[in-house]
Amino acid sequence: MYPPEMQDSLDKVAVTRERRFKESHPLLSMEEKETLLHGFHPDFTAGGMRELKVGPNKGEKTPNELADLLEGNSRVDPEIIDLEVVDHDVDVLVIGGGGGGAAAALLAQENGASVLMVTKLRLGDANTVGAQGGTQAATKSHDSPAIHYLDVMGGSGFASIPELADALVRDAPGVIQWLESLGVMWDKEPDGTLRTESGGGTSRKRMHSARDYTGLEEMRVLRDEVRNRGITVLEFAPAIELVMDKDGQVAGAILINFETNEMVLVRSKTTILATGGGGRLHYQDFPTTNHYGATADGLVLAYRVGAKLIFLDTMQYHPTGVAYPEQIVGQLVTEKVRGLGAQLVNVEGEQFIYPLETRDAVASSIIRECKERDKGIITPTGQAGVWLDSPMVDILRGQGTIARELPAMLRQFLRFGIDMSKEPILIYPTLHYQNGGILIDDQGRTTIPNLFAAGEVEGGVHGRNRLMGNSTLDIFVFGRRAGKAAAERARETKLGKLTLKHVTQWQRQLKEEGLEGRPLSPMLIPDYTRHGRIASLSGSFARGLE
Amino acid sequence: MSQKATSQKLIDIYIMGKRYPVPQGLTIQDALEYAGYQLIRGVGCRSGFCGACATIYRIKGDPQLKYALACQTVVEPDMYLTQIPFFPAEKAIYDIEELEASGEQVLQLYPDLLTCMGCNSCTKSCPQELEVMAYIAEAIRGNIAGVAEKSFDCVMCGLCSARCPAGLSQYNIALLCRRLYGRNIAPKAAHLAERVAEIESGKFDDDLVALMGMAEGELRSRYSERDMER
Repeated sequence: MYPPEMQDSLDKVAVTRERRFKESHPLLSMEEKETLLHGFHPDFTAGGMRELKVGPNKGEKTPNELADLLEGNSRVDPEIIDLEVVDHDVDVLVIGGGGGGAAAALLAQENGASVLMVTKLRLGDANTVGAQGGTQAATKSHDSPAIHYLDVMGGSGFASIPELADALVRDAPGVIQWLESLGVMWDKEPDGTLRTESGGGTSRKRMHSARDYTGLEEMRVLRDEVRNRGITVLEFAPAIELVMDKDGQVAGAILINFETNEMVLVRSKTTILATGGGGRLHYQDFPTTNHYGATADGLVLAYRVGAKLIFLDTMQYHPTGVAYPEQIVGQLVTEKVRGLGAQLVNVEGEQFIYPLETRDAVASSIIRECKERDKGIITPTGQAGVWLDSPMVDILRGQGTIARELPAMLRQFLRFGIDMSKEPILIYPTLHYQNGGILIDDQGRTTIPNLFAAGEVEGGVHGRNRLMGNSTLDIFVFGRRAGKAAAERARETKLGKLTLKHVTQWQRQLKEEGLEGRPLSPMLIPDYTRHGRIASLSGSFARGLE
Repeated sequence: MSQKATSQKLIDIYIMGKRYPVPQGLTIQDALEYAGYQLIRGVGCRSGFCGACATIYRIKGDPQLKYALACQTVVEPDMYLTQIPFFPAEKAIYDIEELEASGEQVLQLYPDLLTCMGCNSCTKSCPQELEVMAYIAEAIRGNIAGVAEKSFDCVMCGLCSARCPAGLSQYNIALLCRRLYGRNIAPKAAHLAERVAEIESGKFDDDLVALMGMAEGELRSRYSERDMER
């Protein structure tokens, strides 16, 4: 149900719709795109970032909120930890319970390793389940891994690391097949042909979906498989520091039992970080699509053992986060809505961008439309947004397409009295993805011995901007590669005496730089209690109070 | 408390028996946090996908229990809330490669299926409004495709199982059927098998190596000139 003051604009959208079916907004030239990004993308907002003062990326810029945590104080006091009492002793430790962690655990076990999976919340509570639109793979004859590679490179601002982009596109069809063999229900034609759609910046229709529950479907299946194969999983047991051995290899982690606050020591020959991103840090006060635990913990853990990070100064703002109703501001509206034909229009009902430009460009154009051109729609709580003209989907593709292809989205808006098959939905960019992360090679190895990374926590695969459908691909490609490589490395590893010397040295460095006042990190969970919120208003939640 | 917070209209809700005035319009999850709970259990994606925040509640004066996802439901005056942490239901352990996609197989792994007494508590408790009892009926009939179709939007929050007087784990039965459908019953894509074989044979290696070694200028022009499938 939209409030009466938005009705004028809704009428205009309905009036212009018929004409717009025949209109295609021109694509941006590369120069236009660069001007747009520099003018309006949040990565370029003055004051949003600062230089790191310590650690392997010293001198490089990153959002203030992330810099605070990367420069943070350890939650562990090396003086009082007894490293002789090991609670779990395994070949491979997987930290993180999303799609990347699950894939890594399965492959590590298949390759002969004993595996322990630990996760902050439940197995499967991760951004994977919120991924709606699909998974990219060049499975069709008019497409190829090389065409996919070119799309990745261009989308990334030509910043993706070639070896990583190559691994991504090369493994993609095999990932689709692997998931199918485990029982993922891909959308198919009656003859078995995989149904594929476009995404922003893809030159072929290569988005493979499971309705608009793609990530949920992938995660449900992998979680079940992890359980069937008897892999030990510790839930509600976040890692708070990595442990090393005297030879400088990563050799496990200290966890806390979230319920009892007891520390748990894991010794592992190799360790895989699959902890996801950091949307819950609410950079520049943006709301986020991310799950509750997305607090960049893995970056902090890796940074403290000296692992190099990359592209820390680029975050992805998804163009279409919910802008109305208030209760779900910032939640994801899948790009698949545009893939199926919906246009973006302003308060006058006019298009202002080709809807399937890359995400960085579309998000920037929406911010420009609202902030510079004053053509946004303002909700009763003062939130600006533009229309995503969803009714076009059913008109273009036939009645019932939205109910069949976008049941999650339809259900989400119906809960608040809006039928997106009949009325457009109001959207605004929302913090979605960490483009960069821990630098890896094509086997998921970080720059520190015996430490691997997979999924959103790693960086280099997507350069400065990830394409839709390449994240649920990334977690499986690099989860599988890291799992296998970590198991192989574990076979040839002999661990020395465990140590937390790196933590002692880190704390000394903070002191030398005058940074003792930084917060404890990793953050583990955000504080949205009234008291905590008022201390640091952030995101959609804070707006509910204003 | 800030002035902004007090200027909003407050309504009374009851969490674990205690009264809390909270701003109207908040979701149940936001209201719990407003009341001072820093959640660890019963919170996950905050977008209606993960099933972590399944909630059972009651409104003063109405004896009927109600069911919701806390992140997707707005508080009402006089709501009595008790968060029930997710607890695992019975799950059969199997090797998916060894299974047959048959009704007998599903019954063998979940023999309790036949104890369904048709009370419909499962359907009434589903926050996704799925026809849970109807898919259980399909499972009893051995129609795996029917279960897969009817249960597809399940977020596995576990409310159906928590309320089932026969102790079925509906959502795990549905998951088994979907996996059997996706692996064994759905028609295979010939083009997928061909493409995987082509990659293994090295068919695209030269193209990829050429692109990987290409100078940025040339890569940029190749990118701008690529043809777009619309």
